Amino acid sequence: MASEITSTEYIRHHLTNAAMCNTENGIAFNKACSEAGFWVWHIDTLAWSIGLGFLFLMLFRSVAKKATTGVPGKMQAFVEMVVDFVDSNVKDTFHGKNKLIAPLALTIFVWVFLMNLMDLVPVDLLPWIAGQIGATGFGMDPHDVYMKVVPTTDLNMTFALAFGVFFLIIFYSIKVKGFGGFMKELTFQPFNHWAFIPVNFILEFVTLIAKPMSLALRLFGNLYAGELIFILIAMLGLWQLPLHFPWAVFHILVIVLQAFIFMMLTIVYLSMAHEDH
Amino acid sequence: MNINATLIGQLIAFAVFVLFCMKYVWPPLMAAIEERQKKIADGLAASERAEKDLQIAQEKATEQLKEAKHQAAEIIEQAKKRAAQIVEQETERAHEERNKIVASGQAEIDAERNRAKEELRKQVATLAVAGAEKILARQIDAAAQSDIVEKLVAEL
Repeated sequence: MASEITSTEYIRHHLTNAAMCNTENGIAFNKACSEAGFWVWHIDTLAWSIGLGFLFLMLFRSVAKKATTGVPGKMQAFVEMVVDFVDSNVKDTFHGKNKLIAPLALTIFVWVFLMNLMDLVPVDLLPWIAGQIGATGFGMDPHDVYMKVVPTTDLNMTFALAFGVFFLIIFYSIKVKGFGGFMKELTFQPFNHWAFIPVNFILEFVTLIAKPMSLALRLFGNLYAGELIFILIAMLGLWQLPLHFPWAVFHILVIVLQAFIFMMLTIVYLSMAHEDH
Repeated sequence: MNINATLIGQLIAFAVFVLFCMKYVWPPLMAAIEERQKKIADGLAASERAEKDLQIAQEKATEQLKEAKHQAAEIIEQAKKRAAQIVEQETERAHEERNKIVASGQAEIDAERNRAKEELRKQVATLAVAGAEKILARQIDAAAQSDIVEKLVAEL
């Protein structure tokens, strides 16, 4: 860490996204965007998440194209293991017929895992490189170059995933049960009497809204906290060496677990959406 | 909390990734996995079938071997019996042959003796007649005295 800035500034610097927005003077970045309201783009989140998404799809696509039915190579065996793992989870939980859910679960699992994995890259490395590039290439102050490399520590990322799943929950609820059926589910449960309609609606609506909220906030909270602890450890000077390693090892578990939980809950919610009471 | 336009960008990216995965990644991988699973299942079934076949063949072979041994024993038994029978038959035949030969020899001997006897008798008769002729030194009607001669001959 640089000595001329305080710890608060250091932490804040690490937890701020690189922002881009459109102002009257053309495209502006970072601090210039503080007044831009909703129309701000977190370019680091976008770049890393889309880059990792491409990495995932290219990798799996290249294996899928060359997939043999005979003895698989090591890469193919690995990819097949992941696919088979996701597939067996989907088959255990979801019993209907739906061509979307398994690829959706695979995408969520691998993509979220890759984005979480960025957490294991030393917290200063990529922001420092970005700072150097910004300083030498564009003549910026390195402290003004923001780079948050873990997209899942950005609420926009986790909410985008959760809203995507939420949209599918509503879509399949209406598709399977019809709009009336969906409304009935919202208003006649758990108390099947017309007098309880408002109470039922409040209960069920909260349940429904809680699904994407909990999905997004769980992933965000876990990764944000993990990232924050990495940052705090990084401020300890020499003491970070013995501390960083166990936290990273422990974090490997968190990374996989959060990706798995997100995938599993997606499957469970969608399978609930398919159930006709 | 700073929710902003990034959310929309991520939503679009998410949708595109899922669609791409659904169209181009999942089906070929799943097809390959299922194909291989089918192959392995077929192979296992085939090996099981082969094992069963082998067992049946082994059982058959054992049975055939047993039968062959049984048959061989039977054949040997028969052959022994037949050999004994042949030996017995041959002994009997040889006995018969010997008896026949002995009997025919005996008959021949008897006939020869009888013939010799007859010859001797005739010669003795002639000799007696000649002797009598000479003794009597006289012309005797041989025919008239032949009954005496006959009696003589019979006494021999």
